[in-house]
Amino acid sequence: MTIEQMKMPQLGESVTEGTISKWLVKPGDTVSKYEAIAEVITDKVNAEIPSSFTGVIKELKASEDETLAVGEVICLIEVEGCEPDKARENEPIQSVDKNIGTSQVAAADVTISKARYSPAVLKISQENDIDLEQVKGTGKEGRITRKDLLKLIESGNIPKADARKPASNQVLNPVPDLKKEQLNTMQAKAIQSAVGDIEIPVTGVRKAIAANMQKSKHEAPHAWMMVEVDATNLVRYRESIKQEFKQTEGYNLTYFAFFVKAVAQGLKEFPEINSMWAGDKIIQKKDINISIAVATDTALFVPVIKHADEKTIKGIAREIAELAQKVRTGKIKSDEMQDGTFTVNNTGSFGSIQSMGIINHPQAAILQVESIVKRPVIIDGMIAVRDMVNLCLSLDHRILDGLVCGRFLARVKEIIETTTPQNTTIY
Amino acid sequence: MPVISYIDAVTTAIREEMERDSRVFVLGEDVGKKGGVFKATNGLYEQFGEERVIDTPLAESAIAGVGIGAAMYGMRPIAEMQFADFIMPAVNQIISEAAKIRYRSNNDWDCPIVIRAPYGGGVHGALYHSQSVEAIFANQPGLKIVMPSTPYDVKGLLKAAIRDNDPVLFFEHKRAYRLIKGEVPNDDYVLPIGKADVKRQGEDITVITYGLCVHFALQAAEKLASDGISVHVLDLRTVYPLDKEAIIEAAAKTGKVLLITEDTKEGSIISEVSAIIAENCLFDLDAPIMRLAGPDVPAMPYAPTMEKYFMVNPDKVEKAMRELAEY
Repeated sequence: MTIEQMKMPQLGESVTEGTISKWLVKPGDTVSKYEAIAEVITDKVNAEIPSSFTGVIKELKASEDETLAVGEVICLIEVEGCEPDKARENEPIQSVDKNIGTSQVAAADVTISKARYSPAVLKISQENDIDLEQVKGTGKEGRITRKDLLKLIESGNIPKADARKPASNQVLNPVPDLKKEQLNTMQAKAIQSAVGDIEIPVTGVRKAIAANMQKSKHEAPHAWMMVEVDATNLVRYRESIKQEFKQTEGYNLTYFAFFVKAVAQGLKEFPEINSMWAGDKIIQKKDINISIAVATDTALFVPVIKHADEKTIKGIAREIAELAQKVRTGKIKSDEMQDGTFTVNNTGSFGSIQSMGIINHPQAAILQVESIVKRPVIIDGMIAVRDMVNLCLSLDHRILDGLVCGRFLARVKEIIETTTPQNTTIY
Repeated sequence: MPVISYIDAVTTAIREEMERDSRVFVLGEDVGKKGGVFKATNGLYEQFGEERVIDTPLAESAIAGVGIGAAMYGMRPIAEMQFADFIMPAVNQIISEAAKIRYRSNNDWDCPIVIRAPYGGGVHGALYHSQSVEAIFANQPGLKIVMPSTPYDVKGLLKAAIRDNDPVLFFEHKRAYRLIKGEVPNDDYVLPIGKADVKRQGEDITVITYGLCVHFALQAAEKLASDGISVHVLDLRTVYPLDKEAIIEAAAKTGKVLLITEDTKEGSIISEVSAIIAENCLFDLDAPIMRLAGPDVPAMPYAPTMEKYFMVNPDKVEKAMRELAEY
C-alpha cells in the first residue's frame, strides 16, 4: 500500500493557481480514478478536479476557499498496493472501537451539510436534549443519521449544549484567508436579511465575477469616452442580405459581427489599444483576440474570438453564434475564455444607449456597442432620419490617453459609416 | 409441510373452495378442457364438470358481467382474465357495477365475485402480456385488490377472496407462477385481506413493496446483511385498500423508506403509500421517501435489452437500498 499525492492540476494554459471552492470528498472516502474530488475556481469557470488514483482519501491538505499554486499537494490518497486488505481492515476497526462513545462526539470536523437535520434527528435530539453540533454524523456527506443518535443514547454519552468546550467555537468558524479578503471588503457587514428575503450564497462563477470586477475597478484608473456613429449604411446593407445569409448559413448575421470586425481592424491600426499593464512595463499584444461578453440568467462569461483580425464577418458571426450557444448550454470550456486582448460588449442588445463598462482585467480597454436607434440628424443643413449608434470606450488611463483612443474610435466610426456592398465583403 | 409452486397454490385454493362450497364455480377463456393457458385451473374440469368450470367466448366484458350477475344471485364465481392486460373491456362492469352494487342498492344486493388475472413482465410478453393494471382499480371504493407474493399467501388469500362478500381482484404475477416455490400447509386456512405482512425484520432501512418485487427485495436484503445493513421488508399483499397501520409502523421503524413497484411510477400504488407516510410520519423520517418503479413509458418493450431496462430487478433494488442506507 502506498500513499499518493494529489496535486493541483493545470486547469488551463495560463492558470497558475486555483481556489478550492468545495471538497466533494472527506478523509476515509473511497474514490475511483477520474471521480471528482473537489470543485475549483480558476479564471471564470468552476472546474472539478478528477482523482488521479483509485483509493481511500487519507488527508485533505487544503481547506475550502484556500488558494493553491498549480502543483501543490491538495490531498493524500492511499492506493491499494500489494497487501491491501489486511492493513486496511486492521486500521479502521481499531479506530472504530475507540470511537464508540467518546469520539462519536467530535466537534472538530464539522461540515456544511451537517446543518441539515432530518425530522427524525431533530425529534430525537429534542426528546433527549442532544446538542447536535457536537455529534459526528456517519451519513452521506457527514449527515447525522437517526441511527447515529440512537447509538449515542445507547452509549449513554449524550453531548449537552452546556458541556460544550469554548475551544470548539474556534474550530467551527475557520478563519477565511487569502482571496476572501478581497470579497470581504465588499461585504457590507451589517446587512441582514428580513423575513421573506432570499439569501443567495455567493459561489463559483459569481464569486469570480465579483473578484475580477473589483480588481479591475480598483486597480485600473478608468477613463471614458463616447462617439456617435451613423450606421445607416450598415443597417441598409445588413437588411438587404440578412435573409439570404440566414438561409444559406443557418445562423444570424448580427450587427455585432460587423462591429467586432471593425474593432479588430481598428486594433490592427492602433496596436497601443491592444495591450496590457504589467507593472513596470506595457505589453503590446501581437494577436488580436476579442473577448465578447455573453450573459446567462445568473452569470456573465467572456468567451474569446481568437485572431479576429484574420476572420471574415461571416467567420466572426459564426463564432459569436457558437460561443453564445456554448455559454447558454453550459458547455463553454475555460480555454475558450482565455487570452482575450480587448473586449467588445453588446450592451445594445438589451436596449442600452449609453454605458460605462468595467475593463476586463488585464486588458487596456473595453468597447460598449449600444443600441442602433433612428434619430434626426443634420446633414448639409437639412434634417435627415438616420440610424445612429453610440460606441462607449472605457480605457485604462495608465496605458492609454485620450488622443490615441479618440483616433481609434474615429477609425472604427469610419469603418462602420462606410460599410456598404462596395466597400465591405461578408465572405 | 409440502413445498409447492405459486401456481399450484392457486389451483389448490380453488379446488378446496369448490369442494367446500357448491356455489363456487370457475369461468373464463380456456379454463375448462385446457385447464387454463397457464394451467391454473388444471384438473378442475375433470373433477367438477363443465357446469362448474365454464369455457367462455373471448369476451372479457361478458366474463365479468356473467360473473357479477351470478354473484348477485348468490353464487360464488371465480372469473379468470387470461391476462391482466385483457381486463380493459371489462372495466365498466367491474368499476361501475361490481364495485358499487352494495352501495347503490343500499345494502340490498352484494357481489361476491373473485376476478383472477396474471399480471407483470419479465417474460418477454411485450405490450399485451406484461402490464401491471392494479393502479387503474386502486381508487374505486368497493373493490379490493389482492396481490400476493408467496405460495402460502396465495392459498390463504385466494380462499379469503372467494369467501369475501364483496368483489375482489386477485392479481397473480405470471413470472412467479413457476419461479416461486414455498411451504404451504395442507390444512384449510385463510389470511386476512387488507393486512400487510412483514417478510423480514430489520433496523436500518424499510422496503415496502408487493408481488414479485418482494422477492427481489428479500434477495437484496440478504446481500446487504453481509455488509451489516439490516433491511426491514413489508409485503403489502393487499394493495387496495392499503394497510395504513402497517405502513406507518414499518416506515417509522427506520425512518428511511424505499418503495418498490414494477408498475410505472407516476400514480402507482406506491405513490399512495408515499402519501400515507408523508401524512403520518413526518417526524420519524430520516431521509426523503425513495421510490423505485418502472419508467413512465406506455408499455413494456419487447426487445430483451429494453425489457431489462424497464423491469425492476434485484440489482436495481440492491443499488437503491445501498443508496438509501448511506444517506
